[in-house]
Amino acid sequence: MELDNLDKKLVTIIQSGFPVTPEPFRDLAQSLGTSEEDVLVRIKRLMENKIIRRLGGVFDSRKLGYTSTLCALNVPPGRIDHVAGVVNGYPGVTHNYLRDHHYNMWFTLMALDGEEIENILGEIKNRTGINNLISLPAVKVYKIRVNFNLTEGCHAGKAGKGDSTGIAGGFTPGKPAFPGNCREA
Amino acid sequence: MQEGLPLESRPFRVIAGRLDISEEALICKVREMISRGVIRRFGAVVRHQDLGYKANVMAVWKVSGDMVDKAGEIFSGFSEVSHCYLRETNDRWQYSLFAMIHGRTEEECRDIAESMSEASGIKEYQLLFSTSELKKESIEYFT
Repeated sequence: MELDNLDKKLVTIIQSGFPVTPEPFRDLAQSLGTSEEDVLVRIKRLMENKIIRRLGGVFDSRKLGYTSTLCALNVPPGRIDHVAGVVNGYPGVTHNYLRDHHYNMWFTLMALDGEEIENILGEIKNRTGINNLISLPAVKVYKIRVNFNLTEGCHAGKAGKGDSTGIAGGFTPGKPAFPGNCREA
Repeated sequence: MQEGLPLESRPFRVIAGRLDISEEALICKVREMISRGVIRRFGAVVRHQDLGYKANVMAVWKVSGDMVDKAGEIFSGFSEVSHCYLRETNDRWQYSLFAMIHGRTEEECRDIAESMSEASGIKEYQLLFSTSELKKESIEYFT
């Protein structure tokens, strides 16, 4: 799909700056200098072309009480399909990739507590017969953002603090107008 | 809120209707969840492969304890790095710092990793390119 400049600006903005207002598409349209209908049409098209996977809230699983880990397995070549089938069958497994390494299958696993994680990993080892499974839970998170600025020409490595996404318009992304308590209206 | 916003003029009013609360109360609640960090980000989840960032690599680094925070900070300063985590190590795995690097090509990812190595002084690292995406889904919470 061909993206014009307005598409690129729109995608860049809505990654983190989607307005939480009664008429968010109209607000976006205003800051982009187009109509609300145009914004809706563009977003629909971007979604149909699977460039936008989802438009909504990305939750922090830890703040929702979930615990997670990154696991790696050393899978013999002939058994990859079978092992992938077993691992992928767990809803708590969100990502699973084959990688170019001695440990060739890497997956993330989420569960409501550490005990459930251990149970699932034990099951995976039993069902696949593979004991060489390592679990590497995160100890510290230094960065967890995925904003791609399409309007920047050059993406050369700049060692600076965070990434600015050049957001136009009259709203501040991610910052609520009324922080603190909400009155139930 | 995890399923996705309806593409209508007043999307929050639609969702509020399903929850039997007012539009104002929902908007207030979403903003509160954002400020508390329960909603880490509110907006579009973009498939970056289609945007020219076709390559990515999981770079793992062997770092000694006292260097790790500084290295994590330096790596995070690279806009090409989307995620940077410190993870547990054990007798089978000694690379503690993980960074996901995104670039237009595999070569670009290698160059970025080399820049990161130079910037941090961490010389022991491995690049684990993915050869196949076996699963990539969003978890459905509380179902």
